[in-house]
Amino acid sequence: MALSRLSLRSTTFLKPSSLRRHVTTDTTPITIETAAPFTSHQCDPPSRSVETSSAEILSFFRDMARMRRMEIAADSLYKSKLIRGFCHLYDGQEALAVGMEAGITKKDAIITSYRDHCTFLGRGGELVDAFSELMGRMRGCSNGKGGSMHFYKKDACFYGGHGIVGAQIPLGCGLAFAQKYSKEENVSFVLYGDGAANQGQLFEALNIAALWDLPAILVCENNHYGMGTATWRSAKSPAYFKRGDYVPGLKVDGMDVLAVKQACKFAKEHALKNGPIILEMDTYRYHGHSMSDPGSTYRTRDEVSGVRQVRDPIERVRKLLLSHDIATEKELKDMEKEVRKEVDDAVAQAKESPVPEASELFTNMYVKDCGVESFGADRKELKVTLA
Amino acid sequence: MSAIIHGAGAATALTTFHSKKLVARSRTNLPGRSKRCIVASGSDDGSKSFGSSSSLSLRHSHKLIPNNAVATKVDTSATTGHELLLFEALQEGLEEEMDRDPHVCVMGEDVGHYGGSYKVTKGLADKFGDLRVLDTPICENAFTGMGIGAAMTGLRPVIEGMNMGFLLLAFNQISNNCGMLHYTSGGQFTIPVVIRGPGGVGRQLGAEHSQRLESYFQSIPGIQMVACSTPYNAKGLMKAAIRSENPVILFEHVLLYNLKEKIPDEEYICNLEEAEMVRPGEHITILTYSRMRYHVMQAAKILVNKGYDPEVIDIRSLKPFDLYTIGNSVKKTHRVLIVEECMRTGGIGASLTAAINENFHDYLDAPVMCLSSQDVPTPYAGTLEEWTVVQPAQIVTAVEQLCQ
Repeated sequence: MALSRLSLRSTTFLKPSSLRRHVTTDTTPITIETAAPFTSHQCDPPSRSVETSSAEILSFFRDMARMRRMEIAADSLYKSKLIRGFCHLYDGQEALAVGMEAGITKKDAIITSYRDHCTFLGRGGELVDAFSELMGRMRGCSNGKGGSMHFYKKDACFYGGHGIVGAQIPLGCGLAFAQKYSKEENVSFVLYGDGAANQGQLFEALNIAALWDLPAILVCENNHYGMGTATWRSAKSPAYFKRGDYVPGLKVDGMDVLAVKQACKFAKEHALKNGPIILEMDTYRYHGHSMSDPGSTYRTRDEVSGVRQVRDPIERVRKLLLSHDIATEKELKDMEKEVRKEVDDAVAQAKESPVPEASELFTNMYVKDCGVESFGADRKELKVTLA
Repeated sequence: MSAIIHGAGAATALTTFHSKKLVARSRTNLPGRSKRCIVASGSDDGSKSFGSSSSLSLRHSHKLIPNNAVATKVDTSATTGHELLLFEALQEGLEEEMDRDPHVCVMGEDVGHYGGSYKVTKGLADKFGDLRVLDTPICENAFTGMGIGAAMTGLRPVIEGMNMGFLLLAFNQISNNCGMLHYTSGGQFTIPVVIRGPGGVGRQLGAEHSQRLESYFQSIPGIQMVACSTPYNAKGLMKAAIRSENPVILFEHVLLYNLKEKIPDEEYICNLEEAEMVRPGEHITILTYSRMRYHVMQAAKILVNKGYDPEVIDIRSLKPFDLYTIGNSVKKTHRVLIVEECMRTGGIGASLTAAINENFHDYLDAPVMCLSSQDVPTPYAGTLEEWTVVQPAQIVTAVEQLCQ
């Protein structure tokens, strides 16, 4: 192994401009066991041995590092008042977004709620588009009209981005229905949080999904706090994966990217054959609920730093890479530096991009804007004849 | 698209309406449709049962139809068509659209095997199967949300609320997801759903089953609302709503399902944003929609005998208002009476009054009068229920008052 590394180093020496190492494209399958077993409800859990490859694990590291940097950049942009309104950050939960993408295709649909920046990135969204949307610029993924809670990417089957807690669950089951209707073998991942798990519409939608055998996978991102309310204070039964009752469920360590990948692959196969399944991802968010929440009034700082030390998803992958000799400490640090630069460049580019024009206020109200007159709030100003 | 920034003043607003662009647009704003469609400009008298056929030729809505009396018996021998009831017309429209486009599906409570609580979807489940005509459990929020989610991917669901009042449970989905997704996604997703169902005050159905939801939904940006009133426009509006890329809420009325009319055999579609000229006149413009159209026509009979000449317009399009047709009428008659079934507070009539006052103030000789239902929950007792809605006698009195 050392010899190969020596020869590889010389390769990089010969091509100093190339930052790609031989090992990053190594796709020979390796099997790694997840740290914890899966707990299941009404089904057989998948095996703990996950098939992956060096290249894949390295890509996990890079993607998660990028997501983490994006969220931290968003934090500082918010504090410098370039991002306004609500900003819900996903750092700590990156393993979920990245692991899910590894287990599915871009034809499978994902829908989530307002904590959607990283999910958007995972679906192939560009950093520039994300930052532009956060800062309300034209370049943004929703032309600046959606904001933090309304990221969408139609070509990658990412359906958003929803502000009302739980309302995306029926939408997600509708996506699954459309997939069943079109007879393509795709599934829908419907993400919601432990707070939304108490919404009635979840159970309504789950009932229909189970009744009609829809390929819907409901994923509860259990970060243990619904804004300021801990799960033990909001749910009589905090075993969210069992709440489906007649619907099978699986509890997954959401901070272990390989476990998430395995669970999503398993869920996709299951849903295509047997209908809906619930995945409960045990995860954690380091920031508060949103930027206006310090995150320390309902939990101790020790708890947060404890999770960061023991369960941080990026650190776990780093340890995995180092212990399996897939990369060196320096290479990973370089990768993080690259990612940091990527994010900084994107922020700079987004800051340059223009704000939407006044006429954009009335576009995309109706399709083909069917000859309607659109009025301003007091019906006197800014009347536009829509083309 | 031109942004016209105005100060106050209705005069400048009127120039917008006189612009040729707007004239052309309201006729041909839906491409491909105008070739085949017969735009309904309304020649029927609106009375409860029809022996007449509606106009088959393309009429320009400005052309005055000679009005001898209100109830005209049109010669049926020359025209073809078939007679049916309003719910059958809705079913025909729905069936034709489902035949035409495999993306159209229906979801609602008891729409499939039961045939629909008002028989609008009768026979469709046998013809199209369980995947296209879906019996849902009783969960309006969820199945409306599912319809909207399916529409995001390109399906065209027709979501039925068994009674419009039940859709209050789905208000979040209709307002936030149905109305707003096209905008907040920057145009990425279109939501071509049709949400339909019977509403309005029926025969002693009780307060919760007699709601007029058009007043609650009218503020939601991004949706279109239409109300059908005859078998002809029911079928036409149903087809237009399904073909529209925008979310459309189609308001039917519980008491109008058994109206009989002869409608054309050939395919036709009604314009979603257009108002229907029911009876042209000179003295006063009466704006109405849905069931109140019939109360107005009854009152019109009495008024004609008393020597008045009311112009009756069925506004049909509740959002957006067809201010072009309405404006031309106001310019002609200078008096407006709005007759609606919504409550006094915050109803369609309230918005229409504001719109007319704002845009056509200079043309009005008298204040706009609006007759609406009383601001009470609809009582069960028959006599009390009668007093909550506007009756023909009140319409006659109002016209006499306005025309002094």
